[in-house]
Amino acid sequence: MTDNELIWRIAGGSGDGIDSTSQNFAKALMWSGLNVFTHRHYPSRIRGGHTYVEVRAKDEPVQSRGDGYNFLLALGDSFARNPQEEAYYGKEELKPLYENFDDLREGGVLLYDEGLLDDEDVDEIGLEEAAEENNWHVVPMDLRGIAKEHGREIMRNTAGIGATAAILDISTDEFEKLIKQNMSGDMQEANLNVLHDAYEAASELDVDHDIEVPEGSHDEEQVILSGSNAISYGAIDEGCRFISGYPMTPWTDVFTIMSQHLPSFGGISEQVEDEIAAAALALGASHAGVKAMSGSSGGGFALMSEPLGLAEMTETPIVLVEAMRAGPSTGMPTKPEQADLEHVLYTSQGDSARVVFAPANIRECYTQTRSAFRIAYEYQIPAIVIYDQKIQGELRNLPASHFDEEPNADPGSVLTEEEIQDAAHHSSGKFQRFLHEPEDGSNVSPRSVPGQKDGRFLATGNEHNPSGHISEDPENRIAQMNRRLNKLDDIRADLDENTSHQTYHGPEDADYGILVWGSQQGTVFEAVDRLNENGHSVKALGVSDMAPYPKEEVSEWLESVDEALVVEMNATAQFRGLTQKELGKYGDKMSSLLKYNGNPFEPAEIVDGFESSIDGEELAASNMKYVPAAGD
Amino acid sequence: MSAFSAINEEREIERDEFTPGIEPQATWCPGCGDFGVLKALKQAMPEVGKNPDEVALFTGIGCSGKLNSYFNSYGFHTIHGRSLPVARAAKLANPNLEVIAAGGDGDGYGIGGNHTIHTARENHDMTYIVFNNEIFGLTKGQTSPTSPKGHKSKTQPHGSAKSPIRPLSQQLNAGATYIARTAAVNPNQAKEIIAEAIEHDGFAHIDFLTQCPTWNKDAKHYVPYTDVQQSDEFDFDVSDRAEAAEMMRKTEERLYEGEVLTGRMYIEDERPSYGEEKRQIGEMPEEPLAERYFDEDAEWERTYDNLLEHHK
Repeated sequence: MTDNELIWRIAGGSGDGIDSTSQNFAKALMWSGLNVFTHRHYPSRIRGGHTYVEVRAKDEPVQSRGDGYNFLLALGDSFARNPQEEAYYGKEELKPLYENFDDLREGGVLLYDEGLLDDEDVDEIGLEEAAEENNWHVVPMDLRGIAKEHGREIMRNTAGIGATAAILDISTDEFEKLIKQNMSGDMQEANLNVLHDAYEAASELDVDHDIEVPEGSHDEEQVILSGSNAISYGAIDEGCRFISGYPMTPWTDVFTIMSQHLPSFGGISEQVEDEIAAAALALGASHAGVKAMSGSSGGGFALMSEPLGLAEMTETPIVLVEAMRAGPSTGMPTKPEQADLEHVLYTSQGDSARVVFAPANIRECYTQTRSAFRIAYEYQIPAIVIYDQKIQGELRNLPASHFDEEPNADPGSVLTEEEIQDAAHHSSGKFQRFLHEPEDGSNVSPRSVPGQKDGRFLATGNEHNPSGHISEDPENRIAQMNRRLNKLDDIRADLDENTSHQTYHGPEDADYGILVWGSQQGTVFEAVDRLNENGHSVKALGVSDMAPYPKEEVSEWLESVDEALVVEMNATAQFRGLTQKELGKYGDKMSSLLKYNGNPFEPAEIVDGFESSIDGEELAASNMKYVPAAGD
Repeated sequence: MSAFSAINEEREIERDEFTPGIEPQATWCPGCGDFGVLKALKQAMPEVGKNPDEVALFTGIGCSGKLNSYFNSYGFHTIHGRSLPVARAAKLANPNLEVIAAGGDGDGYGIGGNHTIHTARENHDMTYIVFNNEIFGLTKGQTSPTSPKGHKSKTQPHGSAKSPIRPLSQQLNAGATYIARTAAVNPNQAKEIIAEAIEHDGFAHIDFLTQCPTWNKDAKHYVPYTDVQQSDEFDFDVSDRAEAAEMMRKTEERLYEGEVLTGRMYIEDERPSYGEEKRQIGEMPEEPLAERYFDEDAEWERTYDNLLEHHK
């Protein structure tokens, strides 16, 4: 089942180059014909602190992190503050070696840098006994020494790659190619020497293990990128040329990518004083005729509440992205969670009228960001893309052709000057921007843009009449409220007809279901495959449309199963609550498997969770929570 | 060809064009200083040659926020304290628009103070009018950031223990390049200052004293006033930062001693506006971004051709 796969974990301190090394490793494996998927874990610190990345590689497509890992490259934390002392957080320098080494699979390889980590210290952490018990192959190597011989200490990671290649019997060709592509001059030469020396040294050790790195090939050109890349590229391809933001993890990633690229696409990026301003700027740019976005993470998004409500009331299109991290408050800044769903759905005063999409993977990040822009500008409504630190940071390969799409810069329901001349005007001279009953019979009243002749109107957060003047007339109030809210029904119909964002997996006639939203989808799908192999009858539904909710699709699916387990990364079952609220029933059919310890689910955890829920047993694992269906 | 033919249209502008064809009944009280701002703003428009469709007026919340209900142009009545960030993005999106923002002292010096500082710092080419009546009017007379120390109100029953904000000095430090104070009771000066502010290429800040006859009865109607440019007592160079700072200090202090000083406080013509700065470093297109969305021949590049190579 998962035997023929490599899950290579590189662990070190923040600043040790773990991220870039893992990216190179993943890319090289992709070049060699494999499919790759990365899982990133890092502390909220600039220098030091245990950081690791897992690169999972298989010949078949990979859509999730795996269960544990079978190869650990432990560089040690060279930025540890008190390397030799027992610190408050444990022995920091050693942490990349011993912290959760329990997850190293039986028969796995553990390669560590004895150039940095003292063998005596390593003895103290009980490695020897653990290795014996689990049949691990422990390989100490002086990676630091090899690095220093040819270059600088930081090249320990290149040495680690060379040694990994030798132990796993992977060709160094692709790594060489990468080094040549990314570096030049002395730097390139030194790294190549380090790579080769480490390879030679490790080959001589003749490590005897059972890990088989699969071989594969791609039938079309692949690209490797992150969810943040895909969201940014979706925005650019949909004509977004304005972004405003304030840094906050993990949202910063999208903001950075957009800021780096927008000027070369003729666009504008603005880093501003706070998130209230960030959202307000996006509104201002959109009001003036430009497709605009902003975004943040939990706390910053909270500051955007009021501009978000203003966008709803003035029917000014904007796209916001919300990159979730573990809350409440500052929470765990670099850890993933899916606990901002209710925040994003309901924040800001009054009845909310917004669109919320939760893409489940990199592919969907691209397509659903494009959908968000199309819907926002066609229907004059704020659209939010909600994702989490997991999708933001994970890399995955997919065919380049997925991005071979035509751009669409259509600003949506905006009139040209000629059209404004023929459109309705009030006797005050104002253009009728907010008609109770738009001429085409829809609920969208087309807008004008400042600077257009005879298009002037007042946009206001107060309730307003068709020309925008403040009005508290009850009949006008009802007409405007209904029109604004009815847009959501139109959007639902549009999505049902044009672009289903929901993903179905597993046998259609299965007895049981697993319902999932956002980033846990791939992991759930892998678990469903295993459960079926184990003899269970299970299927899954991944939901992306949080608002307007896909009532028909989910009802139909829930009707087709006896029971459903809802899997999400939060403590209060927010998506299950939403589903129950939207559908008005099924509370007695849905139980929850929840995880909120800062780490995303592993497929085996979902398998266990499902099996114990079916058997009515207590969950064995303490890192998850099971909440039974109502009445159970 | 521009998609915005109202912009830079060559024609005579009448002041009355800025009065809505059907004027909503004003929510302002009789004798309110806000009428003075509206009048001066309308009068300034023919002088600067701007027509209603090329002017975008962004307001905050409060009595002052209603300004664009009575002023016929594109209007955006935003939320409390946030007119500036909405306004400055519109200017970046379409630099050919004449962008004006307005709000009260609570709006600009209190809840939106952060934006006031940063918008001035960036020196956006726009005009900001703060209706300063030293009180919260629309919520019925609470102490505001410019109320004098000791000011009693329902929310400060023992008198405010806080010193008032110094709006002119603050704007000088923040980076505004045109700073003036005028008063509703001085319509000619107000009109001239608004016209100058609009024509100034940078962030122009007008602290506009607007008497509140309803909630600030004991406060003056800002008469008599002295125009510092007309007075022999105040001989200072308006383009000299240090002299301007000293003039502002006096102006702010004397207001609370009952002496109303008005006029131009600081003018700096050399500093490029934010848009110019951004264009210079290649972070803003030469042509207004808003035009592109209406240009059928515009070319829209896609990421597949430009960014994907890096991921292969």
